[in-house]
Amino acid sequence: MSEKNDYPVKKVSIICAKGALEDVYAALVMGNGAVMEGIETNLFFTFFGLEAIMTKYQDHLHTGTVGNPAMRLPGGARLPTMLGGLPGMESMVSKMMRKGMDELDIPGVSEFLELIDAGGGKIYACKLAIDMFKVKKEDLNEYVSDIITIGEFYEKAGGEGSHIIFT
Amino acid sequence: MAQKTYAGVTVEVNEEGYFTDPSQWTPEIAKEIAAEEGVELTDKHFEMLEYLRNKFNSGDALSIRGINKSGIVDVKTFYGMFPGAPLKKSTKIAGIPKPSSCV
Repeated sequence: MSEKNDYPVKKVSIICAKGALEDVYAALVMGNGAVMEGIETNLFFTFFGLEAIMTKYQDHLHTGTVGNPAMRLPGGARLPTMLGGLPGMESMVSKMMRKGMDELDIPGVSEFLELIDAGGGKIYACKLAIDMFKVKKEDLNEYVSDIITIGEFYEKAGGEGSHIIFT
Repeated sequence: MAQKTYAGVTVEVNEEGYFTDPSQWTPEIAKEIAAEEGVELTDKHFEMLEYLRNKFNSGDALSIRGINKSGIVDVKTFYGMFPGAPLKKSTKIAGIPKPSSCV
């Protein structure tokens, strides 16, 4: 107990570079969890992770059904890669996952960003990725507070008890 | 297991200060726990504490999303009412166990 409190986590800066449902949720759950604990929180979305902060795509994220050996069907049987590639499979599985999460009271992506912002967490987009994918500022969720460079990200990530997490 | 005395009443708490018997809670006790946590309780706070206690009594899991949908306050206000770790702090003041939810 005392050991745990000797060096508390005071700030987390989480990088989300992938746009699959599970990668985005890893970042969002950790970010929101930190906010709820009163830990200063930065979320930095880059590369395909940008999908999570683009209003058009953020609430329709998919999980890959091909090449994921841990992908199982309800009942426990593995989903063979060949079947995972069938048209509509990814869409259907992703929809089922989103529904399952909603039933557990896990917020959707845009709602999660709103909750994180409400708790004082900061959400950033990577400038390089924005330029690369030709994303416009108006494509981004309203809670994205800024488009920043990696240098600016490190500046914000500093301080005692700070941690950087790459999901 | 430990004991604490609030408003002249001795209550059972766990090592983190959460009530082990929520029925021992009274609004007067809440005011004293809140003072320990640096929170001054307003009517809105009590409304929220009641919501949390009702949720607990009916066996529902608490989540930050649930607070947002409670119709009492939005999440931003909730964070302002119980600064720091809002769900942990508010449940402690409400005399119910620490929530085990991750969201």
